[in-house]
Amino acid sequence: MKATLRIKRFDPEKDVKPVYRNYEIECDPHDRVLDALNQVKWLHDGTLTYRRSCAHGICGSDAMRINGRNRLACKMLMSDAGEKVTIEPLMGFEVIKDMVVNMDRFFDAYKSVKPFLITGENPSGQERLQTPEARERFDDTTKCILCAACTTACPITWTNDQFVGPAAIVNAHRFIFDSRDEGAGQRLRILNQQSGVWRCRTVFNCTDACPRDIEVTRAIEEVKRALITETIS
Amino acid sequence: MGECHSILSSIRGGMERGGEQMAYHRYDAVIVGAGGAGLMAAIQMAGKANVAVVSKLYPPRSHTGAAQGGIGAALGNTEEDHWEWHMFDTVKGGDYLTDQDAAEILAREAIDAVIELEHMGLPFNRTPDGKIDQRRFGGHTRNYGEGPVRRACFAADRTGHMIIQTLYQQGIKENVQFLDEYFLLDILFTNDGTCCGCVVWEMKTGEIHVLHAKAVLIATGGFGRVFKITSNAMAGTGDGVAIPFRRGVPLMDMEFYQFHPTGLYRLGILLSEAARGEGGILRNADGEAFAERYAPTLKDLAPRDMVSRFIFEEVKAGRGIDGKDYVHLDLTHLPPEVIDAKLPDVTDFARTYLAVEPKKEPVPIQPTAHYAMGGLPTNTNGQIINDELGAVIPGFYAAGESACVSVHGANRLGTNSLVDLVVFGRRAGRHMLEFVKSAPLPELPPNPEDLARTEIDSVMAHPTGIRSAEIRSRMQEVMMDNVSVVRDAAMLETAKEEIQGLKRSYQNVAVTDRGKVFNTDLMEALEVGYMLDCAEAIVEGALARQESRGAHYRTDFEKRDDANWLAHTMVRKTSGGLELRKKPVVITTFEPKERKY
Repeated sequence: MKATLRIKRFDPEKDVKPVYRNYEIECDPHDRVLDALNQVKWLHDGTLTYRRSCAHGICGSDAMRINGRNRLACKMLMSDAGEKVTIEPLMGFEVIKDMVVNMDRFFDAYKSVKPFLITGENPSGQERLQTPEARERFDDTTKCILCAACTTACPITWTNDQFVGPAAIVNAHRFIFDSRDEGAGQRLRILNQQSGVWRCRTVFNCTDACPRDIEVTRAIEEVKRALITETIS
Repeated sequence: MGECHSILSSIRGGMERGGEQMAYHRYDAVIVGAGGAGLMAAIQMAGKANVAVVSKLYPPRSHTGAAQGGIGAALGNTEEDHWEWHMFDTVKGGDYLTDQDAAEILAREAIDAVIELEHMGLPFNRTPDGKIDQRRFGGHTRNYGEGPVRRACFAADRTGHMIIQTLYQQGIKENVQFLDEYFLLDILFTNDGTCCGCVVWEMKTGEIHVLHAKAVLIATGGFGRVFKITSNAMAGTGDGVAIPFRRGVPLMDMEFYQFHPTGLYRLGILLSEAARGEGGILRNADGEAFAERYAPTLKDLAPRDMVSRFIFEEVKAGRGIDGKDYVHLDLTHLPPEVIDAKLPDVTDFARTYLAVEPKKEPVPIQPTAHYAMGGLPTNTNGQIINDELGAVIPGFYAAGESACVSVHGANRLGTNSLVDLVVFGRRAGRHMLEFVKSAPLPELPPNPEDLARTEIDSVMAHPTGIRSAEIRSRMQEVMMDNVSVVRDAAMLETAKEEIQGLKRSYQNVAVTDRGKVFNTDLMEALEVGYMLDCAEAIVEGALARQESRGAHYRTDFEKRDDANWLAHTMVRKTSGGLELRKKPVVITTFEPKERKY
C-alpha cells in the first residue's frame, strides 16, 4: 500500500518550533507503523529520531501519538493506521528531538510510589506462599511496561506537572493488592497527597491508551477505594 | 562499608581538548547493560560500593523483558525433581560442550536464585497450595532423560518481563545509580592489561564521559540482529562483545548460535516454547505431528537446535506449508482457558501481527535467531579470561548472554538463559564487590577517550555515502542464508568474503544526522560496526569447527567429532588477522554420549 506519514519534527539544534513533514512510502499493510518509520529513517532521512527496541510491544520504548492517540508504533499495523498517518511525540513532556521526549518526570513519579515489595522477614530457603486467587488479584497491573502511553494521554498530566499520573498509580496498585506486601499504608499516604489519585477525573484516556490492555482507570478507582476504606477504618 | 556517592557527588571533572567537552567520573565498579545480569550484579553491590549501571536503554526496556516461558529450577513443587537432573539436562542439551563445573553451579544455585526472586517480589504463578508453579520445557527431563519434567517456574508467559521489572524495582529500592541512555564506546585498559574503566556517550547531549573504575562488568546481552530473522530486540547488536574483541580480548564458541524453532513467520517474534510445554504441536503441510518421527520420547519438546533442524528437514522435503519455508504450531486442541491463563501474550502476538486466532487456527512459524551461546569467555565468578588456560583480565567481568561461562555448551536449553543471568549475574556482582574492596584504582591511560573519539570521528566523516542500514540488511541476509540452521564450507566461505566486503564498505558509512542531540543515526552506524565484528567471529568459528554439534550443523561434517572437537574455540584479533585456539571442556560427572531424545 502507499501511505503518507505526516511526522512532527523537531531538532533542538536547528528548529525554533516543531514542523510537520510529509513522507511518501510504499509498505505492506501488515507492516508495523514502526516499520514505516524505519523505512523513512533507513532509506530517506537518517535524522528522523525515535526510541525503539523490542519491536513487538513488550519493551515500552516506542510510545507515540499516532493519528492523535497514544500507541506503540510496533503494535499498530499500517492497515489500521491508514493511508494518511499523523505521527507526533507524546504530549505533556518536554520534546528532546522528534519523537524522543524527556522521561525524567515519568520515572520520578514511578519511583515516588515505592514500586518494590515491602516486607519483613522472608522464610528461609523457601518461597512465601500465595494462593492463585491472591496472585490473580493484582495480575492486571503486573503487565505494565512503563511506556508512558497512559500518563501522557491524561489531560490532568498535561496541565499539572505535580500529578503522579496513571502509570505510577498502576504500579502502586500492583503492590498494594499483593498479599505479600506490607507497604500499602505508605503508598496510600503518598497517593493521598495533593499530587496523588484524587487529581484523577476518571476520563478513561489512560485505559484507552494502554497497549497492554490494563484496565488503568479501574486500578486507579481501586486505589481510591482502598484510601477511603483505610481512612474510615 | 565502602564509600557511597551519588552521581552528583561522584568525582566529576570536565576536560576540554580540541574544543570537545569530556566529562570524568570515578566509581568502584561500572556495569554496562541493565538487563537481568547487570541488575542482579548491581543489586549485590548497591550500598556497599560506588557502582553505576550504564545502559543505552532505560533498564526495563532491556531484552530480558522479552523472555516468556520460564526460569528453570529443580524446586520439585509439582513433581519430583533434583538439581542433578537439571545439571545433566544442561550438559546433554549443550551436546557435551557445556563445562560441567559451571552446569553444576547453574543447576544448584538456580533453586536459591528463584527463591530470592520470589522474595524480591516476583509474581510467579502459583500451585493450588500456594507454591511457585512449574511447567514443562524443552530438554528438561526427569531421571536423566526418562521423560519431561515440570521445572520451569513462570509468571504467565511474561516471566522475563516480571524478572526485569522486579530487578529494576530492587535497584530503585537499593538506590542503584543508573546512567540511562548512555552508549558504550570503549573499554579502558592499563598498559599491563588491567581494566580501568570505560568510555560512554550520553545520547541526550552527545557528550563523551570517561568512567574511571576498578572493575567493569559487561552485561550487554546478545547480537541476534546480525541475522535477518531474529527474536532479538533492535538493541541486540553486541556492543559489549565487539568492543573488547577489537581491543584483543578473545571470544569463545561464537559459532554456536541458537535458532529458536518457533518464531512468527517472516517477523521472527518469539512464540515461547511454553506453547509446546502446554501441549502445542508442530505440524507440516500434511498435518503430521512430525517431531515424533525425529524424537520419539520428547517429541515437540526436544531441544531447540534439534527442533529447528526438524523444521528445516520438513521444509527441504517439500512439507512446508504451501511448499514454503514455514510450518504450523497447532494450539487449537488446548482448552481456551489454558491459552488465556498461561499463554496470553504469545497468542496475542499471533493475533496482532499475523491476524491468526490461535484458538481456532494453527500459527505459521519458522526458526528465528534467538540466542548466542558464545561470547566473552569467563570463569564461574564472571571474570573474563584471556586465554585457554584461564588467566583472568583483572577487573574485567561479563555475565548473561554477552558472556560464555560456558554453561550452555553447543545449545542452550529453554529457561536456562534466565537461570544464567540471575545465577552468574549474582556471582559476578559478589566477586566484583570483594575485588573492589581491596583493589587499588588503576591509573587511566593518557587521553583515555582518544580511541572512542577517533571511532566517532571516522564514522561521522561521511555525510553521504553508503547508509548503515544498507550494510546491515546485506549482512543480515548473508548471515541468514549461509550461517544459520545449516552450514557448509562453501556457504561459510561465501559469508566470510561478504562480511569482509561489508567491512570495507563500512569505511565509507554515511551519517546524515550531523547533530549532537540524540543522534540515533550515528548510534545505528556504530552498532552496525559492532555487529560486523560479531558476524566475523561467528563465521570464523563456524569455518574452523569441522563437525556438527548442537546448534552448529554442517552438512559436510554431519557427525559430532569428540576426538578433535570436544573443545571450545577461542577467536582473537591479532595484527596478523584472526587467531583461533581450542580450550578444553571441563568434564566432571557425565561422559559424552550420543544425544538422543
